[in-house]
Amino acid sequence: MQQLPKSVTFRMPADASPLGFRQQPARTLLEVDGLTRRFVAGESAAVDRVSFVLGEGELMALLGPSGCGKTTTLRMIGGLEEPDSGRILLRGRDITRLPTEKRGIGIVFQDYALFPHLDVLQNVSFGLRHLPRAAARARAEEMLALVGLEGLAQRRPHELSGGQQQRVALARTLAVSPLLVLLDEPFSNLDAAMRVETRQEVRRLLKQAGSSGILVTHDQEEALAMADRIAVMEKGRVLQIGTPDEIYRNPATRFVAAFLGRSNIMPGVAEGMAADTPLGRLPLSRAANGTVSLAVRPEQIMIEPDAQGDAAVVGREFRGHDQLYWVQQGDRCFLVISGLGQGAAEPIDIGARVRLRICDCVTPVD
Amino acid sequence: MTASDLFAGRRMPLPRVIFTALGLMVGGLMLLPLWYLLLRAFQADFDTVARLLWRWRTAELLLNTAALTAGVLAVCTMIALPLAWLISRTDLPGRRLINVLAVLPLAVPGYVMAYALIGLAGNYGFLNQILGVTLPRPQGLWGATLALSLYCFPYLYLNLRAAFAGLDQSLEESARALGCSPREVFQRVTLPHLMPALMAGWLVVGLYVIGDFGAVALMRYEAFSYVIYQQYAAAFDRLYAAWLALILIAIALSVVWWESRLREGVRYDRIGSGSGTGSRRLRLGLAGRLAGWLFSAAVVLASLGLPVAVLTFWMTRSAIGPVLPALLDSFGQSLSVAVPAAVLAAGMALPVAVLAVRYPSPLSTLINRLAFVGYAVPALAFALAFVFFSLQGPRWLYQSHVLLVTVYGLAFLALALGPIRSALYQIRPSMEDAARALGHGPAATFWRVTLPNIRPGVVAGMVLVFVIAMKELPIAFLLAPTGFRPLAITMFSRTSEGMLVDAAPYAAAIIAFSALFVGVVLRHDRKGGD
Repeated sequence: MQQLPKSVTFRMPADASPLGFRQQPARTLLEVDGLTRRFVAGESAAVDRVSFVLGEGELMALLGPSGCGKTTTLRMIGGLEEPDSGRILLRGRDITRLPTEKRGIGIVFQDYALFPHLDVLQNVSFGLRHLPRAAARARAEEMLALVGLEGLAQRRPHELSGGQQQRVALARTLAVSPLLVLLDEPFSNLDAAMRVETRQEVRRLLKQAGSSGILVTHDQEEALAMADRIAVMEKGRVLQIGTPDEIYRNPATRFVAAFLGRSNIMPGVAEGMAADTPLGRLPLSRAANGTVSLAVRPEQIMIEPDAQGDAAVVGREFRGHDQLYWVQQGDRCFLVISGLGQGAAEPIDIGARVRLRICDCVTPVD
Repeated sequence: MTASDLFAGRRMPLPRVIFTALGLMVGGLMLLPLWYLLLRAFQADFDTVARLLWRWRTAELLLNTAALTAGVLAVCTMIALPLAWLISRTDLPGRRLINVLAVLPLAVPGYVMAYALIGLAGNYGFLNQILGVTLPRPQGLWGATLALSLYCFPYLYLNLRAAFAGLDQSLEESARALGCSPREVFQRVTLPHLMPALMAGWLVVGLYVIGDFGAVALMRYEAFSYVIYQQYAAAFDRLYAAWLALILIAIALSVVWWESRLREGVRYDRIGSGSGTGSRRLRLGLAGRLAGWLFSAAVVLASLGLPVAVLTFWMTRSAIGPVLPALLDSFGQSLSVAVPAAVLAAGMALPVAVLAVRYPSPLSTLINRLAFVGYAVPALAFALAFVFFSLQGPRWLYQSHVLLVTVYGLAFLALALGPIRSALYQIRPSMEDAARALGHGPAATFWRVTLPNIRPGVVAGMVLVFVIAMKELPIAFLLAPTGFRPLAITMFSRTSEGMLVDAAPYAAAIIAFSALFVGVVLRHDRKGGD
């Protein structure tokens, strides 16, 4: 009988499809296949065999910390950077070596890149060079109306607020009806309040125009809120692709678990679809065997005051809609989020004895 | 292009190929004539050269040039250091006005200053006619030192003023708190911090003095440039001229090298994150103010009052009417060279600047260094190299307008490069990427996005080259086509023949143009400085 390896954990083979690759969109727009880019010979690649598929009308986020290769991936798709190897197919056509201006891909830059020597209307009509002058003007005005800036056509870019500049950049890109819109950290130059407001606006505009989009961001909240699907990247690799819900609930690796939201990582001994953990025997979201690390979301843990409990509250933070606790159990500290309505209605004091329970699946991450 | 690009078989984008080719052409053009200078110098056999160079005369020339350089640097420092301190560190009333007046002497080129000094003395001179005092005609080492110092000190002043402004005063205060006397503070803290600025200023002034021809020639001082010209034009000893030019270039390059060596590893910027204190000004008492005013007045009177007074004096000696046609003709001749030279310099600076800003690589660094060759090599030696090039290469170029314009373009390329490069640095690359993503090719992007946004820099570069070409003397002197009599040459030859009255209107025109130059520099200085 073949002996089971001591630990079967989720480890992605280099060129096998990571979790989420099963979901093929109905109609493929863009296919990225094994894209690789190495800036310094001999060092690790900035983008390493990145593959994914984007459907028509889909908005995907490339999410990862700075330096993970997400912007380089975007620039290669846009033709601003040449890949060392790999292919990019747009509607089945190989565009890997095509210059930017022949790709029909729109790009919204982090700094908006508006032309300071042109006014708003001239900026928006800049890409409409094949249209007659009057038609280009009409189209540009239509786009300005779409983003709600009709009155500002004669202004210069520097006379606009950050949010307005961003809408001009979007209008300029959408004016040429690109097959695909690339957005490179488009909200990072806006303040926090503007950001929340603008991202739904941008999503609405893209969907309204029927455009597909790829959004590069390091802000998990932004990716979760805007994207139809998220590709999480680290060190040039795509770790996981899936809907926001899937990735949040079922992170493929410890990195993904920690990067999207907060996670408690605890050891356990897995056996098929269950594992023995410091919090008792728990069901797993996917099969594993042997010693594993398990990711538990803070809101999956229930906290109950119990004088005989084996854990103690060591810190807490009131956050308005819920309560955050740091709970020490043995040599391990857990982060617990407790909604105000359920469970402990009364806030638990620091130092109080408690008991922790989990009544949900936990995820083996490595 | 980096090695990894080569190994990856990466294609260079077409614009980069074009700009690199243009940059290499500019760099090649810079070096080509110097190659011909070397060729000419090594045409003779070793014995001839040794006999030519191993004599007391060569040593004398070296000593003369060294003495002149040292003298000018000393006088400039004695003027500029106290002046910069007064303006940036004391509450001397009227310091704003003095600040402007201290930069204005840049509008009086060395040979015009020499003219003023010569016109001051002598039997028919300003002093004798107005005050009845006859001074001997200033000449030799003292005359040249004075003329060049009064023109050059503003370069040093501008550097020192910026250094005083950048000096964190809390350093000086810490030294005081650690028990140093004010004199010790100046020697142990202030002066070391001023050293980089002092050296940068000395470099500019030193290179100018080594390369100067006009003032030295008018003062009949046997420094390198003057003798090279004599050998070439009067004695027709081209071999000796070539060797002297090579020595002169070697001196200039070694000065540049030593300056960069001395500056290496010197770090005087603020360390740590504490905020620097704004500068507090020393409050001068009555005696201090009087002394400050007296010093400033002496400097301004000598550097500005003197040439203006002497020029006014000689201008009133004769009516302007009769000389006006000749003056206008001469002005037109200067224009006919300065305008195309400005356009050419900016045109050559553009690809060099694009390479530096958009495609940094060892090759583009090299091309950018080469762009400064024309500026660092003394003008007369540079011009002489082009004479040899045109005599041995394309003969039709010899004494042609085309050659003169080309040499101006190369010599002043570095001046145009500065503003164009900083304008390019201000354009975010994403703007060009955005134009590409909107369907415009590389050429259309350059034409419709890049060029409109760097236009102010290009114009500034052209204006700088234009006004400096209007007053240029040594290159024009050596390469002038027959019958070419621009402002500078006319003024120079009349002065050297003692015809001070006839030279006056030309000198005035040159000063007017140079004032324009100073205006442009000051505008940029204000933008960069304050």
